[in-house]
Amino acid sequence: MDCPGATFSKGLAMTLLTTVYSFLYQFGDSFAYLTLSALGLAVIFGMMGVINLAHGEFVMCGAYVTILTAKAGVPLPLAMLTGALAAACVGAILEYLVVRHLYNRLFDSIVATWAVSLITQQAMLIFAGPSIEGLSTPFNSFELGDYSFSTYRALLPFFAIAVLAGLYLLFFRTNYGVYARATIQNAQMAKCLGLRTPRIYSMTFALGAGLAGLAGALYAPTITAVPTMGSSFIVPAFVTVVTGGANVLLGVLPAAGFLGLIQSGMTAAFGQLAGQIGLLITVIFVIRLLPMGMGHLFNRR
Amino acid sequence: MTFLNKMKTTELPKAAATAVAQSTGARPWKNVADPMLLLIVACFFTPLFLSQGGVSNLAYCLIWTFAAIGLASMWGFGGILSFGQTAFFGLAGYCYGVFTINFGDSPLSTWAGVLSGLLLCMVLAALLGYMIFYGGIKDVFIGIVTLSVTLVFETFMAQTAGPKWAIGAARLNGFNGMSAMPSLSLPGAGAEHILLEGNYFLFTVLVLLVIVYVATKKLLSSSFGLTLEAIRENPHRAEMLGIDIRRYQLLIFIFGSTLAGLSGILYTAWGSYITPSSMGLTASAMPIIWVATGGRRSLAGAIIATVALLDLSQELVVYGSQYALVLMGFILLVVVMLMPAGVLPTLKTMFFRQ
Repeated sequence: MDCPGATFSKGLAMTLLTTVYSFLYQFGDSFAYLTLSALGLAVIFGMMGVINLAHGEFVMCGAYVTILTAKAGVPLPLAMLTGALAAACVGAILEYLVVRHLYNRLFDSIVATWAVSLITQQAMLIFAGPSIEGLSTPFNSFELGDYSFSTYRALLPFFAIAVLAGLYLLFFRTNYGVYARATIQNAQMAKCLGLRTPRIYSMTFALGAGLAGLAGALYAPTITAVPTMGSSFIVPAFVTVVTGGANVLLGVLPAAGFLGLIQSGMTAAFGQLAGQIGLLITVIFVIRLLPMGMGHLFNRR
Repeated sequence: MTFLNKMKTTELPKAAATAVAQSTGARPWKNVADPMLLLIVACFFTPLFLSQGGVSNLAYCLIWTFAAIGLASMWGFGGILSFGQTAFFGLAGYCYGVFTINFGDSPLSTWAGVLSGLLLCMVLAALLGYMIFYGGIKDVFIGIVTLSVTLVFETFMAQTAGPKWAIGAARLNGFNGMSAMPSLSLPGAGAEHILLEGNYFLFTVLVLLVIVYVATKKLLSSSFGLTLEAIRENPHRAEMLGIDIRRYQLLIFIFGSTLAGLSGILYTAWGSYITPSSMGLTASAMPIIWVATGGRRSLAGAIIATVALLDLSQELVVYGSQYALVLMGFILLVVVMLMPAGVLPTLKTMFFRQ
């Protein structure tokens, strides 16, 4: 490499590669965030039509349990699993105590889950204090050109896709999946055929809560856990679910991809705030143009 | 009590309206109307036995009733659950602040500030409502769109720190919010003008409340209100009957949102400050809590619940705002689970059995 032209073009290629990768990294980051935070909400909304405003608190529950168990010496992947399971248990309890009674009262279920969210958030502030010491991010960072990227965050989009694939298998390859899909399509008919639909609903609610908890668990090593952290998950979750529509898999994937592109593009061009505001404005336009969500585009008969 | 007489003269159409309503099994609130008005009028005499702080506190609690009345008319009567009340609240508050900081505390400036705040709310509610109702957005999605808009405003206002974010002499001040705007004023004797503070401010709020309460009551029992209820009960049937449901929902949305703006203006004038956190996620839950507790189809219930719950929160704030919010959450949960119609309507049916 003694020819200066070659060095220069190699440098240029490197810069180009770094820029492209850096954008992909940003996109993957926001795609993963949107997907993981939305899946739990999408399952509950898509299957049961209930808007669960306590979604953010399940995320917080997952994150807190993960951090506490990991600090107690449990290996991180196991701690994350514990976090997700804890959130699923809390979800099952909440379904039994509150949501079950409000299935045919849509507005009331929104208001009641909001009340639950308010109580949990503020009670956590009282009992657990404003924040707990977080975990250190696993894996190191890697460098590309002049930038350094966190390996864990770079892996998160793949986790998100793995979770989506897991859900696909759950819904299309297991008995629960068949029962659940039958219940969505026609709850009355499913009941007539002998399915215990109330049980399917509570399992679905627990599944949604567990997915929210998993999001919290996966993000636990990267953020500071505070009782109000749910709020920063609930907005992207809503935006994604509304953009995607009621179809869990066909909705969330394209919606998160599209919104991730908008968010990372706007952030790269105009800064963080523009990214967030762009997201919220996009959702208003999407609802205006596609009231059924993007998932509906793939559903034409 | 001219209002009461007026109520009497409209007895006949109202009786017809009640009959219509009872046949569809709704609205036990009708007959609470007059006691509520008496209660508001009675508040004019509270300065006789309340301390200065008590009067100020009562005024603070009453300020929010406009937002609650607005939400009750949208949600209880129009079937539109809007999380946007605090967005309009904050927006109008900022508008009043910008106006009065630039033009001073003369009666003309302050009341023009009020009008411009209300006008801004109307225009924005019309734009947003047009997007929502003429765009075919329904049910819970209305809630999500209004919530997004509220959060956009909050996020935007929270980053307006620094000298480049100023309108005339008024700095927006980002997360810390704007302060030092004058209270409302009235022309006094000579060149002096009376600043509406303390008792005068309470009286101003009460006069406005009487006007708004009576006007809303009239609006909701008029054919407009009945049409709105028909739409809430069954949008498809209403549409089949030839009603343009979008127009009715848009109008009630503008009406309710503008009332939230009035609350915001009075709040800004009362405390001389407004911050973006008054539009946040927690803040936007509050009007919903009050209205759900009092009874979404009962204006009187919404007013009483707003004042009672706000006063309770004020008492508890001494121990920390978390305790107040936990209690609000519990009240809301219990009411939604056990008394879906709200406290006042439930009590009424328990004691009067109509």
